[in-house]
Amino acid sequence: MSDLTTKTAAEIAALVAGGEASAVEVTQAHLDRIAAVDDRVHAFLHVDAEGALAAARAVDERRAAGEALGPLAGVPVAVKDVLTTKGVPTTVGSKILEGWRPPYDATIVERLRAAGTVMLGKTNMDEFAMGSSTEYSAYGPTRNPWDLDRIPGGSGGGSAAALAAYEAPLAIGSDTGGSIRQPGAVTGTVGAKPTYGGTSRYGLVAFSSSLDTPGPCARTVLDAALLHEAIGGHDPRDSTSIPQPVPDVVAAAKLGATGDLTGVRLGIVTEFAGEGAEPGVLAVFREAVDTLTKLGAEIVEVSCPHFTYALPAYYLIAPSECSSNLARFDGVRFGLRVGDDGNRSLEEVMSLTREAGFGPEVKRRIMIGTYALSSGYYDAYYGQAQKVRTLISRDFTAAFAQVDALISPTTPFVAFPIGARTSDPYQMYLADLFTIPTNLYGGPGISVPCGLSDGLPVGLQVMAPTMADDRMYRVAAALESAVGTFTPPAL
Amino acid sequence: MTTTLPSYDDVVARYEPVIGLETHVELGTRTKMFCGCPTDFGGEPNTRVCPVCLGLPGSLPVANKAAVEATIRIGLALNCSIAQWCRFARKNYFYPDMPKNFQISQYDEPLCVDGYLDVEVNGETVRIGIERVHLEEDTGKTLHVGGATGRIHGATESLVDYNRAGIPLVEIVTKPIPGAGALAPEVARAYVTELRDVIRSLGVSDVRMEEGSLRCDVNTSLNLPGEEWGTRTETKNVNSLRSVERAVRSEMLRQASVLDAGGRITQETRHFHEDTGDTTPGRSKETATDYRYFPEPDLVPLAPDPAWVAELKAALPELPRLRRRRLQQEWGLSDLDMQSVVNAGAVELIEATVAAGASPAAARKWWLGELSRRANETGVELADIGATPAQVAELQSLVDAGKLTDKLARTVLEGVVAGEGSPTEVMTNRNLEVVSDTGALTAAVDEAIAANPDIAEKVRSGKVAAAGALVGAVMKSTRGQADAKSVRELILERLGVQG
Repeated sequence: MSDLTTKTAAEIAALVAGGEASAVEVTQAHLDRIAAVDDRVHAFLHVDAEGALAAARAVDERRAAGEALGPLAGVPVAVKDVLTTKGVPTTVGSKILEGWRPPYDATIVERLRAAGTVMLGKTNMDEFAMGSSTEYSAYGPTRNPWDLDRIPGGSGGGSAAALAAYEAPLAIGSDTGGSIRQPGAVTGTVGAKPTYGGTSRYGLVAFSSSLDTPGPCARTVLDAALLHEAIGGHDPRDSTSIPQPVPDVVAAAKLGATGDLTGVRLGIVTEFAGEGAEPGVLAVFREAVDTLTKLGAEIVEVSCPHFTYALPAYYLIAPSECSSNLARFDGVRFGLRVGDDGNRSLEEVMSLTREAGFGPEVKRRIMIGTYALSSGYYDAYYGQAQKVRTLISRDFTAAFAQVDALISPTTPFVAFPIGARTSDPYQMYLADLFTIPTNLYGGPGISVPCGLSDGLPVGLQVMAPTMADDRMYRVAAALESAVGTFTPPAL
Repeated sequence: MTTTLPSYDDVVARYEPVIGLETHVELGTRTKMFCGCPTDFGGEPNTRVCPVCLGLPGSLPVANKAAVEATIRIGLALNCSIAQWCRFARKNYFYPDMPKNFQISQYDEPLCVDGYLDVEVNGETVRIGIERVHLEEDTGKTLHVGGATGRIHGATESLVDYNRAGIPLVEIVTKPIPGAGALAPEVARAYVTELRDVIRSLGVSDVRMEEGSLRCDVNTSLNLPGEEWGTRTETKNVNSLRSVERAVRSEMLRQASVLDAGGRITQETRHFHEDTGDTTPGRSKETATDYRYFPEPDLVPLAPDPAWVAELKAALPELPRLRRRRLQQEWGLSDLDMQSVVNAGAVELIEATVAAGASPAAARKWWLGELSRRANETGVELADIGATPAQVAELQSLVDAGKLTDKLARTVLEGVVAGEGSPTEVMTNRNLEVVSDTGALTAAVDEAIAANPDIAEKVRSGKVAAAGALVGAVMKSTRGQADAKSVRELILERLGVQG
């Protein structure tokens, strides 16, 4: 493992800016690392070595020409395969998009390019971001660098594993119910879900439009903040994008890194204490709470009574939206087409294409959602879930009247063995028990490593009010300054 | 089943029709509803498309403000209330010309509700209730090739053109219209005509039925007097004003024959056939399609600022019906005369001609006379005849100045319509101006007298009526470009006879 692959993004950017390492050297080091370990980890679905080296050369040329470089210029980044990349395969982990090369870049990908980052390739994910283990990828599971027999979380297991395996210093994820934070927690990395509308969804292949939030993944809180700053902010092509500047998350991360949380009030959600979480996770969480207290934070308990209904509400809203969002995958204009032999009707071809192209979890959710939106059932299911969503948002608002941020374990359990939960969807859904309320509310949440349980990482989640993303970075950076970062065993 | 249709008079004597109209209007915005693609009609297939209107994965819609504004103006012109807060909704169904397999439309929260439009039928004002006006996106167009019928059944290939996909579409739905009786077909036609004129006056669409920028579905049902309304059918493919009228009539006759035979009306979509004038069944709505409507999560709610709506309302143009009233008064026309102006589609043309300086009588004479005749002969719209109101006004001014006679003016107009230039240019180039130069005219008169000494002698001896032959000779030699009255006076003067 080259020294360059163990550096943080901030360090790499400084090396490149100072001429101590070229962007090409940095990129090549990461491509070498991918070549060395990814057959075991399987974090990537597509590595774009040529494109990455070309982007790196461009950065080096700009530096040689004396141009000012941005704070992440020359830093490699891995992009979850849920974002469109012009001319570069985008599959969303699904057979139905196998071979599709989008004609356009997602806004976030555009911004990554503009920032001078170097896109290494596209990372593995549960098909259409539906899953919590990356086992539902149509292209095989990603493995957790901490234990290759365990899952790396999901849906963004590829991005998290790429960080933990030192294949990339930065990665992009998307979080609909926890798909950035939960993989971050179980791989010992940092994952931040920005405020809904704080990062553009243009070019993010939709799972659940009202919940999907792209965001940064990194190995340190500061790196996550730097990436957040680079990709965030208003996008006129996304009508749900918030027309306000990104909160100063980088300054907040630097402030937190001083290790002082004096005057900060943090709330522990009563409804999350104990229920569902395994003892090892709870023990590490309690130690982290003690650490936060020592850093000067005031800890109080806050009740959010409707959080109990978050999971069932989520599993009506997300499938409902997905049943409509995924209707466009019909073999007519792009991607897979099955059964077009000149004899079959259009409807048959559409049907065969979807039958062959979607995996079991995607079909399950399309069916749940189709049912929940049906005439006569809408009010009882989708309508009722929307009411619950409002109540959960009110819980958050009430809580934030008392505290600056809420904290909880990110996940109820550490990385589980591959295959352990695929036979029971509900057991899989429980992985997102603590992360889902934030998505329903639309606020930001971050997972930061806080310790190990039986040698496996545990994450602490910080949840903040909408457009107060800076607060969670401050708390997360303070905890990180006290507990340090966590390195998996050598691969 | 072949049944002899009952007579129309018989049907309306025994049944009461209830009609309703759903009209789709393509807005003439520069760009599409949810992306920046151009909306111009025509173009090579699939050249006016982008990731958004093709529904590519990852793309997102952004609502076109100009389309929202146009819809609100239509709503205001139809006396609707404008929602202070409303949302788009997804209408989910699979069809290849619909890129996303859902249409972004509006469902239970339309932008405009509860208005009316007054129309005139046989001199009576009929108030048509407007249920709602909402905004949605158009679909693409599917072309089925290789089959005999051009329909999907039997076709070997289906080609889709997405140029039209995403063009803003306004749907205007009337409340049910009972009580029209025998006049139901005319009421339907009058409504669509008036609606078209209102929308045209707003300048938000070219509302051309033949190009599909105004499309109309006609709902019809029959019931016995005093009984509940009957089951309705929805007739599509109604592509002209005349067809609106014919479709209602044909559906009334068909339904009456079914009911007379003890049958039941099936709630279904029917297709109108321009050639035969009757309707055939389309897809049955018995098993109602479940569109699984839900609020569009990719778009923020629309919340038109009431102050902005008030501004739009204040800036509405004078609506066609009021304008017609005013013009009728200004032009001093009878109801019947005004009706013929309206029917000829000449209101705007006459108004513009008057504005360019012609008298209302003269303007009306040209547009309803010579120009209407030519339009009918060549089968073009009066507005597209090739003469502009300014040219017609100029032509009349030449007549008024004595430079053209009526007959000459018609010849000049022919040249104008043929594209030979302005009336003055045509008159000059074709050398058609009335000969008013007295020297030239006197020479022509003297020539005629010299050439016809016998006739001249008769006139001198008091047979003044004989002068007509000399006038004819002069007119001939001046190729009709002299004013006959002046010629006659000059002849008598030269012959020393008192007129």
